[in-house]
Order: sequence, then structure tokens, then C-alpha cells
Amino acid sequence: MHNLVKEGVPVEDAWQLVREGEGELPAGDLILPLARFLAGERAPQGRTAVWFAPDDDPLAAAADVLALPLLAVDFPAFTDGRGYSIGRLLRERRAFAGELRAVGDVQRDQLHFLHQVGFDSFAIRADLSAADAAGALADFSAGCQTSWRRRQGRGLHV
Amino acid sequence: MYRYDEVDRRVVAERVEQFRGQTQRFLAGQLSEDEFRPLRLMNGLYVQRHAPMLRVAIPYGHLRSGQLRTLADIARRYDRGYAHFTTRQNIQFNWPALETVPDILAELAEVEMHAIQTSGNCVRNTTTDAFAGVAADELADPRPWCEIVRQWSTLHPEFAYLPRKFKIAVSGSAEDRAATWVHDIGLQLRKNDAGETGFRVLVGGGLGRTPIIGEEVCAFLPARHLLTYLDAVLRVYNRFGRRDNKYKARIKILVKALTVEGFAAKVDEEWRHLKDGAGTLADADVAHYASFFVDPAYDTLEPNPADFVRAQAESPAFARWVGRNTRPHKAPGYRSVTLSLKKTGVPPGDISAAQMDAAASWADRFGYGELRVSHEQNLILPDVREADLFELWQLAREAGFATPNIGLLTDIVCCPGGDFCALANAKSIPVAEAIQRRFEDADYLHDLGEIECNISGCINACGHHHIGHIGVLGVDKNGEEWYQITLGGSQGNEASLGKVIGPSFAQERVAEVFGRILDVYVRDRLAGERFIETVRRVGITPFKEAAYA
Ligand code: HEM
Ligand code: SF4
Repeated sequence: MHNLVKEGVPVEDAWQLVREGEGELPAGDLILPLARFLAGERAPQGRTAVWFAPDDDPLAAAADVLALPLLAVDFPAFTDGRGYSIGRLLRERRAFAGELRAVGDVQRDQLHFLHQVGFDSFAIRADLSAADAAGALADFSAGCQTSWRRRQGRGLHV
Repeated sequence: MYRYDEVDRRVVAERVEQFRGQTQRFLAGQLSEDEFRPLRLMNGLYVQRHAPMLRVAIPYGHLRSGQLRTLADIARRYDRGYAHFTTRQNIQFNWPALETVPDILAELAEVEMHAIQTSGNCVRNTTTDAFAGVAADELADPRPWCEIVRQWSTLHPEFAYLPRKFKIAVSGSAEDRAATWVHDIGLQLRKNDAGETGFRVLVGGGLGRTPIIGEEVCAFLPARHLLTYLDAVLRVYNRFGRRDNKYKARIKILVKALTVEGFAAKVDEEWRHLKDGAGTLADADVAHYASFFVDPAYDTLEPNPADFVRAQAESPAFARWVGRNTRPHKAPGYRSVTLSLKKTGVPPGDISAAQMDAAASWADRFGYGELRVSHEQNLILPDVREADLFELWQLAREAGFATPNIGLLTDIVCCPGGDFCALANAKSIPVAEAIQRRFEDADYLHDLGEIECNISGCINACGHHHIGHIGVLGVDKNGEEWYQITLGGSQGNEASLGKVIGPSFAQERVAEVFGRILDVYVRDRLAGERFIETVRRVGITPFKEAAYA
């Protein structure tokens, strides 16, 4: 993936997303399907991360999953909003403090919402411009409800 | 009434600019039709039969006179000089050009209005009783809570892409006038034995193709927990609601699949972790929002001043209008006036720009500059002195606003149907008109008393036909427009779904069948019995026999 937005700007990506449920793993830092990780597979050379499908349960994730440096959540279609709850649960109920990445059909107009619920890196769909998408993080300078980013609970306007 | 603060203003203004960017990207071919659709829907922009349709929110039905003037101005400059009030306290413009929508939204933002989440698979405009704050039977004012829910739901980051649309209604009075039983979430304000304010929470109601009356998921939720509880309900729905079939994606299907107990258990499990967290409402927050909804400085008045009583005695037409189109007010000597948008020959809920301007001027002159819109698609002046009613009535008559039919058969709730809507099976506006024409005789109409008639052009039920005392549903029969009739539906505390009386009718027969049904009512009613009560007592069989005789 070479279309990553992180810390608000497009950057080179060290990680490789493994979509397949089986087959030989390549070299390098890999984001594996959760099931493969749970089956004991690890990146043969490099670091290991996992990605959650929308129906994977973040509440069932064990300590070894939560200790990984990066967790990704897949958005098979941008209209599938389950990943927002997964992200928020990983942050709020599982206290995951590593990099939380959105992968899949990730487009400009989701970035603000994703960022609010706790995502901090965004693998923008390959045919879209990461630089353009990054601009969306500045779309809103305020919000009306608490979220992962706005935890201070100063009434509703935070 | 609520006034935006700096944050509201910024959020709404930034949303306008975001949408401007989205529209430009679409027009430049950078967003496909499929990609733009959910984005524009989340801003109330449909593409229907003839042109785009823009739905603007009137949060919980509250309007200032200046806002109504802006809506009139938009209708004149960007549309064809009229607009349409919907059954969910929104207003729709039927003919704006796509390119101009960002400009319209920018003008709306100037008067603290928006189209945020008026469509799409997200939390929609929160609705309530049109008489909130002035109704004589109010237990607690729902409006501060509606505003709190409006803010919580506005661009809620976790719930922008739900399985399906999500509608919340709040009721604060003894009689439920907000249709809370047929919403995804219904909130009924309550006080517990300790005098604490809270909510009875209903979930899983809704109409559409699978009409279901909601079920109680929490008997008493202390009010400070409102938002954390809503977060929990929405999270369970967002994660587990079906996404494979849009006809099975509403929360009602999930609640049925899990049973309400199973659903409640999942919500409680989630809520344990949210409860008392940052979303908890502090007393100061609640007081802050309540401070916007204090009573205006009502004068101390005698009820029924002599001139008002005399005018009614001298003019039976005025007396009839007072009887039908005004309601008791909690302040003596005041009434709430409903301006009827159900004049025969005008599509129910349609309002011209001139009428909007006129109503705005009356709100300033006779009231405190505020209006309400009802989910029955009428416009309300909440606080009018009884002493001013005669003059207001004369003005309203000239403006085509004084049809004395509120709550009567011709106060029809009706969707746009086949004349505008691409999803329609059949037209609904001409059917409404045929019924209005048939029952034009005022004495007969008033003798029939309160009857709620609801018409939808297809199974999506935008006209709420399932909860009409008489419901009409447009169906497609081999490419022709036919109409199914249901009886016994009802909103309110005893919400119920109507029963289909039998095979559908051709369009030209609908009004005549209404005649037959109402003849049975007149024949069989007990003294003082309303139509719905007769239907409940005798069942649908006698009506059915007459309809198909
Ligand atoms: C012309 C454009 C419109 C379109 C394309 C449209 C489409 C739909 C659809 C597809 C549904 C069913 C959704 C579901 O149950 O999941 C629906 C429901 C609804 N619509 Fe519309 N609608 C339109 C206009 C209106 C208007 C003008 C009104 C008000 C008069 C309205 C009020 C409603 C209401 C109240 C429901 C909810 C029924 C329920 O409780 O499930 N809609 N609409
Ligand atoms: S009920 Fe059907 S015909 Fe009427 S507005 Fe809704 S979708 Fe259109």
C-alpha cells in the first residue's frame, strides 16, 4: 500500500496487507487476517499486525492481539459502518493504544468520522488521492458529541 | 427557542462547505453516482421523478418567523414558489437545481437551519409533539431533550453509516402526539416516585413494509443517562443490524430476531461500559438547554373575553374554525392555532411562499415570533390571544389557510406519491383530493367527527397509512394504480396498525368506498362514539360488507 494517510499527511507505508485466508506469507511487515493470527501464523520476517473484518468481535480479542503495534479494521464498502464501532470499542473498552488503521473502501468523506472514533491512519483506496483525502481531516473544527477524540465531557459541545 | 452557539454555527457552516466540495467533485466526475448518493442523502438531497428534492430539517418542529421567511425566499428564488411539509417535521423543496443546493444550504445556515441527516442511513431529524411547551396536558417539556438529541446525533462519528435510517421521537405529554410507538426509538418523558425526570424507552417500532409497534426496552431511564444509553442502543444496532437485505435492515427486525429481552441484554451489557462516562449529562447541561425553552412573558388574561364570545355567536363559520382549528393553551386567554394545509385541491402539506410570509407575519404580530410544524403536515401558531382570533381568522381565510378541518376526515396526511416520487406504485394526491371533494359538505364532515385518514403511494408508508383510522395504500396491479384500504389504525397512546378490509379498489372508486364505510359508521355508532372507537367495538366486518356489497 502506498496511499496511506498518517498523522494528517500522506506517508510511505511499511506494512503490507494480506487479504488471503491462506497461502504462503511474503517477507516484510504484514497485516494478517485475524483468523490467521489466531491460528498461530506470524510474519516470517518482519513485524506482525492483524486486521478485523466487520463481523470479527473486538471484545473477544486476547492480550496478544491487543499488544500488537497495529490493528486494522476493514471497510468492505464505505457504506458499511460496523468498523466505526469496532474502532471505538478497541480504543475505549480494550484500551488499545497502538496504531489503528482503516483499510478497504476508505475514501475522503469517511476520514473525519474515522478519526473521531479513534483511527489514526487511513489506507486510502488505491485509485484515490491520499493528499486530497488528508484534507478532509480539517473539514470540521468542532463537534457536538463526545467521542474518542473528544472525551473531555464539557457538556455536549466539546 | 434554541439559538445556535459558536460551535453549532461552525459545525453547520463547515458542513455546508464539505457538501459544496462533495457536489463539486460529483459534477467534476471525481465521485461516481453510487459514491455521491449516500453523501447527498445524508444532506437531504434525493433525486426523484422530475428533479432533485431537498429536504430541510425543522428540528422538533420549531420555527422562528425569520426562518420561515427564509424558506419562503428560497422557495421563490430557487424553486417554484412553494414547498411541502412532511410527516416528520421536515420541509421539502421539489425543484431545486443540484448546482444551487450548496448555496441554498449556506443561506439556511445564516438562519440556523440545515439539511443534515434528513435522509440516508443515519439518525434522522428528532421529532416531537407540535404542541410541546404549550399543551395543557404536558408532564415535562420535551424540547430541551430534543435539542440534546439533535446535537448528539448531528454528525455522530460512530453512526453515520448505519444499516438503515434511524428515527427518534420524544413525547412529554399524557397523550402521545409524537407517534413514539412507531419510531426506531420512542422516548416518553416520565417522572419516577422520587420526582426524578427520566424516559420510558421504546425500541423497534416503525411502518414501511414491515409495520411494527415498538416495545419497551427500559421502563425508566434517569434523564442524565440519555446519551450514553442512546450510544449503547445505536452501537448494538450498528454492529448487529442486518446489512445483507435493506428490507430487513431496520432495528425492528433486529429486535424481533433477538426478542426485546435479548436486545435489552445486549444494550445493557454495552451500556455498563458507557454509563456515567463522558456522555453523561450534568445538571448544568440540562439547565442550559432548558433555559432556551422558557415561557414567553404571557399576559395575565381572562379566558373567553366578551368580544371573542360574541364573534362566535354572530359568525357560525368563525365558531366552527375556533372549535376545530384552535386548541387549549396552558396560559389562560391564549390558544394554539392550527393553520390548515389541507384545503381541497391543494396537495396536503403544500404551502406557497406567500402563505409562508403571511404566517411569519402573524407569528410576529399575534404571537412571539414562533411557529410549529406538525407531523400531520399543518402549521401552528402556538400562542395567540383569544381576543385576536377573529382578526387572525379573517386574515387566514383570505390566505387560504383557514379550512376548518383539523382532525377531521379531510385533514388528510398524504405522501407525494406518483406525481413526484420515483418509488410510487400509485398517485396519492388525486385520491386525497377526491376524498376531500366528496366530503366537502361541512355539516356532514363535522358530524362525522374526528377521523384520521392517511395515504401512501407505496409500501414505504411515508404517509403513515398503517396508523390512519382509515388508511389508503397505493398498489400496482398489472401496471395499473389500485388502492388497498385499512381500518382501525391509530397513533397515540393506543397505537395500533390498521387491518386490510379486502381486495384493492380502482382509483375512481376510493371516495365512493369511503362513503360506504362512513355510512356504516353513522348507522352503527353509539352516541358520542368516534369513528375509531366504533371500528374497535364492532370490528371491520360490517365495513367490509358494505364496501364490497
Ligand atoms: C419523494 C421522495 C421520497 C422518497 C424517495 C421516500 C422514500 C422512502 C422510503 C424508501 C421509505 C422506507 C424506508 C424503510 O422503511 O426502511 C420511506 C419512509 C418514510 N418516509 Fe419517505 N420518501 C419520500 C418522501 C417522503 C415524504 C414527502 C414524506 C412525508 C410526507 C416522507 C415520510 C416518510 C416517513 C414518515 C417514513 C417512515 C415510515 C416508517 O416509519 O418506516 N417521505 N420513505
Ligand atoms: S410512500 Fe412510496 S410513493 Fe409515497 S413518498 Fe414514500 S416512497 Fe414515495
